[in-house]
Amino acid sequence: MIQTRGLTKRYPRVTALDGLTVDIGPGVTGLIGSNGAGKSTLIKLLLGLAPATEGSAAVLGLDAAREGDAIRARVGYMPEHDCLPADVSATEFVVHMARMSGLPVTAARERTADTLRHVGLREERYRPMGGYSTGMKQRVKLAQALVHDPSLVLLDEPTNGLDPAGRDEMLSLIRRVHADFGISVLVTSHLLGELERTCDHIVVIDGGRLLRSQSTASFTEVTAALAIEVTDSDAHPRGSDAVRAALAAAGVTAAPTVGQLLEIEVTGAEVYDIVRDTVADLGLGLVRMEQRRHRIAEVFEEAQS
Amino acid sequence: MTIPRQTADARIHDIGYRRYEGARLGARYARYSLFVHSLRGAFGLGRPARSKVLPWGLFAVMALPAVIMVAVASTTGTDELLIDHTRYALSMEPIVVLFLAMAAPQLVSLDLRYKTMPLYFSRPITRADYVTAKFAALVGALFLFTGLPLTISYVGGLLAELGFADQTTGYLQGLVATAVLSVLYAGIALLVASFTPRRGFGVAAVIAVLTIPGFAVYPLQALMETQDSEGAIGWFGLFSPASLVDGIQAAFLGGTTGFPAGVQPTTLQGIASLLAVAGLVALCLALLLRRYRKAGI
Repeated sequence: MIQTRGLTKRYPRVTALDGLTVDIGPGVTGLIGSNGAGKSTLIKLLLGLAPATEGSAAVLGLDAAREGDAIRARVGYMPEHDCLPADVSATEFVVHMARMSGLPVTAARERTADTLRHVGLREERYRPMGGYSTGMKQRVKLAQALVHDPSLVLLDEPTNGLDPAGRDEMLSLIRRVHADFGISVLVTSHLLGELERTCDHIVVIDGGRLLRSQSTASFTEVTAALAIEVTDSDAHPRGSDAVRAALAAAGVTAAPTVGQLLEIEVTGAEVYDIVRDTVADLGLGLVRMEQRRHRIAEVFEEAQS
Repeated sequence: MTIPRQTADARIHDIGYRRYEGARLGARYARYSLFVHSLRGAFGLGRPARSKVLPWGLFAVMALPAVIMVAVASTTGTDELLIDHTRYALSMEPIVVLFLAMAAPQLVSLDLRYKTMPLYFSRPITRADYVTAKFAALVGALFLFTGLPLTISYVGGLLAELGFADQTTGYLQGLVATAVLSVLYAGIALLVASFTPRRGFGVAAVIAVLTIPGFAVYPLQALMETQDSEGAIGWFGLFSPASLVDGIQAAFLGGTTGFPAGVQPTTLQGIASLLAVAGLVALCLALLLRRYRKAGI
């Protein structure tokens, strides 16, 4: 879907992208980075809207520097910021945007009705968008990116400003864009946590450089850890120490963290069974058992070390 | 006892996502669509009813003198209309400026205010396409706004059996003068409006830029008249949009100017006026392109 080779973008004062080489395949890909990491600059270059200082980028097999207009015809873009005129209805607006993408009038109308239904906008689509909630506005912004049935959509921080419920709805909608509509997605965020569940692949950039690019599955495999907390008993006054020793004997590494919490490295699925059996054999109560995943800060620390 | 009949045909079918395999018409079509959309927008079409009040109200005011002229001509039986076709739009200049002050910010300021530009530029059209579509739409809107009253008075004049040849020549000359005015005024108004995302500022700025040069030029021309240097009056006409159009229609389209002392421009001054209009329009377009060079995602 997307290939960049040594992609560099320098502005007079800052280097926004610094030799970025990454391959992004079909599916849902999360582009993670803190503010100013170069996410928006990358999108700009991918759409052929600014020339790269060095290196090259290809989207859908088209060269971003020379075939920007062909790319823009087959790609949808949802900006981070508000971009909807307040005095126009969602239907009117999305029809206009569909025509801007080259769809004939009747097709534009049909696709608009379809797309607005898919993103979950009902009767309110005939009302001026000034009165919409943030969640509804985000849906319209997504709809205008999907209305011309692109092969790829670029979503810039689509969960920004949404409450937790709205965030979950948006994330499951993004999942559907790929699963049900068959459209590949590149979605940016500054939070790794929220994209793990949604994405097949994660790309982490910082300071315009690539930190990581790997599938979400391998991400969690490598970084998965299990945190447990056990009760103490008369036989084992310090329960967590006893469990640690027993686990070590079974070949599982556990390290004490804050308080009574033990952090266990998950090297395979059998670890869960070993932990359960060990705790049960010692006759202790398992108070807590939860998945620990690395947060973006830890990815950065790893990269620096 | 009867069993409720299964209403098998009353199910709601979720047809799921449908791919679009139809035509994708590309940048030229998108530019044309933007032109139509903007032209409609200038008259408030496709927007709430309150957006239609002002443009259509102004149009009614604009067309009223044409209707009255025809009525007067047909009742009194004269074969001359009160206002020349070539000077019609100029004599209604305040209304024309008000219409532009409303339409130009509607076309460009709103896109800036609502940050819609990234949505346009993430599609096949380029900045130049955007500028040409908006410019063409405003010129078109202004040409309709000023040209339709002329058509009303022309048709009315024919029905009142004023001289056909005279009327037709006057009408066609009037349309040319209107076209010149539309291109010049639309270029200036669009450029001014493109610099502010605030509609109110846009309205005020367009009115100021289009009328203040006129306020300055007329007294200067009057001053020249008292100084007995009437040759300079025509040259001063180069310095305001209204007097430029006035000079052109008087020099080439058989009209008479509204200059002090009824001074008529020389052919040389007419040519200079034409060049000035062409230069101004080119400058406005160049500055518009420059204005949008930075706007983007």
